[in-house]
Amino acid sequence: MYEGIVQELIDEFGRLPGIGPKSAQRIAFHILQTESVDVARLSEILGQIRTRVHFCEICGNVAEQETCSICRDPRRNQTLICVVEEAKDVVAIERTREFRGLYHVLGGAISPIDGIGPDDLRIRQLMQRLADGTVVEVILATDPNLEGEATATYLSRLLTTLKVKVTRLASGLPVGGDLEYADEITLGRAFEGRTVIG
Amino acid sequence: MAIYRDEAVVLRTHKLGEADRICTLLTRNNGKVRAVAKGVRKVGSKFGARLEPFMVADIQFYEGRTLDTISQAETLGSYGAPIVADYALYTTATAMVEAADRLTETDPAQRQYLLLVGALRSLSRGEHSPTLTLDSYLLRALSIAGWAPSFQDCARCGRPGPHARVMVQVGGAVCSDCAPQGAAILDDATRELLIALLAGAWDLTEDVPEQVQKRASGIVAAYAQWHLDRSLRSLDHLDGSQAHTVAAVPQSTPPSVPEPKATA
Repeated sequence: MYEGIVQELIDEFGRLPGIGPKSAQRIAFHILQTESVDVARLSEILGQIRTRVHFCEICGNVAEQETCSICRDPRRNQTLICVVEEAKDVVAIERTREFRGLYHVLGGAISPIDGIGPDDLRIRQLMQRLADGTVVEVILATDPNLEGEATATYLSRLLTTLKVKVTRLASGLPVGGDLEYADEITLGRAFEGRTVIG
Repeated sequence: MAIYRDEAVVLRTHKLGEADRICTLLTRNNGKVRAVAKGVRKVGSKFGARLEPFMVADIQFYEGRTLDTISQAETLGSYGAPIVADYALYTTATAMVEAADRLTETDPAQRQYLLLVGALRSLSRGEHSPTLTLDSYLLRALSIAGWAPSFQDCARCGRPGPHARVMVQVGGAVCSDCAPQGAAILDDATRELLIALLAGAWDLTEDVPEQVQKRASGIVAAYAQWHLDRSLRSLDHLDGSQAHTVAAVPQSTPPSVPEPKATA
């Protein structure tokens, strides 16, 4: 145990996800040894983050204005919506530079065991976005785990009532992996989604 | 560190750190086990989908001080994919694994394991309606846990039935002498369905009217809620057509819990 504020700082860092007591101590001592100007900048950002960052009114992505930069960009394809669970997934897809449409962040996945049902996600807002008929395709990019698949199943059932094409991201073998280590479900999916190359 | 191997069904998972998960598993011989699956959330994980909920796998663990660690897993029953392709099956299976999680501890629970695997298999194959499969599972899982209901003889005094009232607080059907004011009505069709579900007599559950199924489901939900102290959260999220609400049980006046009968 350290005295006063040092221990308080270690305790606060220790509450962050993925940071254990040793890491918290290391970060705290790093800050103690850092130039005061850098610490002041960090402190300023931490102070502002909660007031400056909002969730986009349209898609639910993180934004500094009422709408995010993607929703404001007129060059994006307005007829495509990619549905993801978290704002982190938007960044992952943007890194691919393959998708030029819009996003919709659900804010999680359906997980009845955790008390999260369809009403707890931004599904109603998605349906409102689709109401005017501009969007022709909805890409379901929820996580390829059980909750993500169940959410995609629920959404596809809901969206088939609208005149919109519903697609799901392909799943299969990871690039750079060995076939013998693939589990049965992944390998089965890879067979289902095989493509013609010759 | 000791290494052990067991068959297990995955009940639920929690995220841990950057890429790991804590899996809660119901094993055949070691009861409920919580174990870490390292790197399972990475795209190239060697575990892949083998440690998703509803999967049955042959797993090698090595013991840790607080949590065990999963070192290998081979699929024995792949029920997740067909279940998750149907939303009603998914919500039903989730209620089953939540019940199994609440009814088991670290003591060996082979009968609970076999019952759950059988129920998930039946659900994934679409052998019976999801609602009936869940009701049967809950009644039988509660019975194995020591809370077997009685829908024929009086659950309080043992008088041979059939009886026209049910009181989940005392364990099932109650005779006219034992029934307190406000005890729910138990009609013949609902009683026969409940007895069939408890015994696993599936041929007697076919062609049962939907209203009867709803009343039976209401009684099962109330029975599970009473014995598990608090309700199963998954029951609130069952697909629209599946009624598992206590309100489905017809009651004349507000129920009151009877005092235990004095024994001579």
